[in-house]
Amino acid sequence: MTDRRGFIGKTLAGASTLFLTGCYDLSEKPWFTGILARVEDLTRTAQHLFAGPHTLAPEFTKADIAPVFRANGTIDPGTPEYAAHVKSNFQHWRVTVTGLVEHPLSLSMADIRALPSRTQITRHDCVEGWSCIGEWTGTPLALVLAAARPKPEVRYVVFYCADPMTIEGDPDKYYYESLELSEAVHPQTILAYQLNGADLGVEHGAPVRIRAERQLGYKQPKYVHRVELVADIKNIQGGMGGYWEDQGYTWYGGI
Amino acid sequence: MTTDIASSPAHEPARQERLRTSLGLAPSGPHYFFHRHSAVVRVAHWVNAICLAILLMSGLNIFNAHPALYLGQGSDFNHPAMMLGSMSNDAGNTVKGVTRIGDHDFDTTGVLGASRVDGELTARGFPNWATLPGPNWLAMARQWHFAFAWLLVLNALVFFVYGLLSRHFIRDLVPTRKDIAHLPREIADHVQLRFAHGEEARHYNGLQKLAYCAVIFVLGPLVVFTGLTMSPTMDAAFPFLPWIFGGRQTARLIHFLCAFSFFGFFIVHIAMVVLSGTWNNVRSMITGRYAIRGRKP
Repeated sequence: MTDRRGFIGKTLAGASTLFLTGCYDLSEKPWFTGILARVEDLTRTAQHLFAGPHTLAPEFTKADIAPVFRANGTIDPGTPEYAAHVKSNFQHWRVTVTGLVEHPLSLSMADIRALPSRTQITRHDCVEGWSCIGEWTGTPLALVLAAARPKPEVRYVVFYCADPMTIEGDPDKYYYESLELSEAVHPQTILAYQLNGADLGVEHGAPVRIRAERQLGYKQPKYVHRVELVADIKNIQGGMGGYWEDQGYTWYGGI
Repeated sequence: MTTDIASSPAHEPARQERLRTSLGLAPSGPHYFFHRHSAVVRVAHWVNAICLAILLMSGLNIFNAHPALYLGQGSDFNHPAMMLGSMSNDAGNTVKGVTRIGDHDFDTTGVLGASRVDGELTARGFPNWATLPGPNWLAMARQWHFAFAWLLVLNALVFFVYGLLSRHFIRDLVPTRKDIAHLPREIADHVQLRFAHGEEARHYNGLQKLAYCAVIFVLGPLVVFTGLTMSPTMDAAFPFLPWIFGGRQTARLIHFLCAFSFFGFFIVHIAMVVLSGTWNNVRSMITGRYAIRGRKP
């Protein structure tokens, strides 16, 4: 009896190992990851169909705000340049708007704050599974992009950040992200400079971060210093449209 | 004449015959085959089985990225409804896996919260052998999960259209008044592991119908809609989704409970398949042919 049980147990364990190894191997086969990429397209297309360009992410009341907003990802860029900005209270911080635009911009934080603002109490959804509700204030990105007068061929908006994601001995790698143009000009997509009524703390992306409320957290980069309008993301860094995308996460972050 | 062991346990056949029955082989006495499952049901069943297995295991992988569940819209990190955590000693080595449900902690070292990775006890929600497609691989697990979720939903749509048009739902799945009236008797038979093998076996019994209906019409839609509620874009498209479920985190918790309800169903389903005649059941779900004891009426 024990022998038979041992045999059945070993057979099951062996079969499950085979199955898991098979799944792992499949995940590295180009034809299979190609199918997964098509599925990502399908998900994005279906979600666009349902959500359209204008539907708003749910907004909440002050009573729903989390006492402590969880900071995730980089909580301090840690570079001497960034430390100098913190010391000078970001007086010299610039956000440039470049790429396929008629009228490139270089905005100080005072310039950004002088533009009309939007305040929204929204739910932040991390790809890991948790959520946190906070009140964000910032300038609608649509206003800034309109001021730069995008050329007709623009399809993506790329954000460059000040937080290095360097693994030792591998310089010049900073966080970056991209949104498609329709999501970048969504009314709730803002260059946020306040959280819960106070200036952004370093852990939340001071002095300015992106809020794109219909997207997961990794699509909402912190420490933004350059916004580039492009026709394609293939030639930027790893070519997948973002730091995490280059590590294998899907570019579409609405699910 | 039918010989039905469910209704006449006193006339149980010899040991040989019992073995044939439990293995699901055609009985040595009079019997005939009938066409039990249509091709659509058979294909849908196996596609479903593959999808659910992969969805469960890739889901556990996703869960491991943040192995805690909460009630409400946001996560109250200090008060999870459920958590798979771990404890380490002063040297920083993981020494204990803890499953917390509400205010209660359970030591689940080795399986939940902390399990062995290359021989070393490591903080991990569910163990590597239960997660797919590779250990701690959130990015790829998400892609598998969504791909097979699509397949599951498309398969379900085909099955629903077929079930309605062919009257499979009404004819075979929805319990009749008679089924409900016979439930106490059905429960008693199941507890004693007495299953129909004669004419009665041509139809699902009341418990079977209830179980299948619960899975198909309640659990299935619930797992899909709670899954969609976790998507921020879907919540913009359909704000009633998080509202219905009491918030995104509650939806995530319900999604998790659904997953384990499916798993519970699977365990009971397999047990019933084995106890009521393995090969006869499996064959009927592959070729459609199911052996009935007795002469064809």
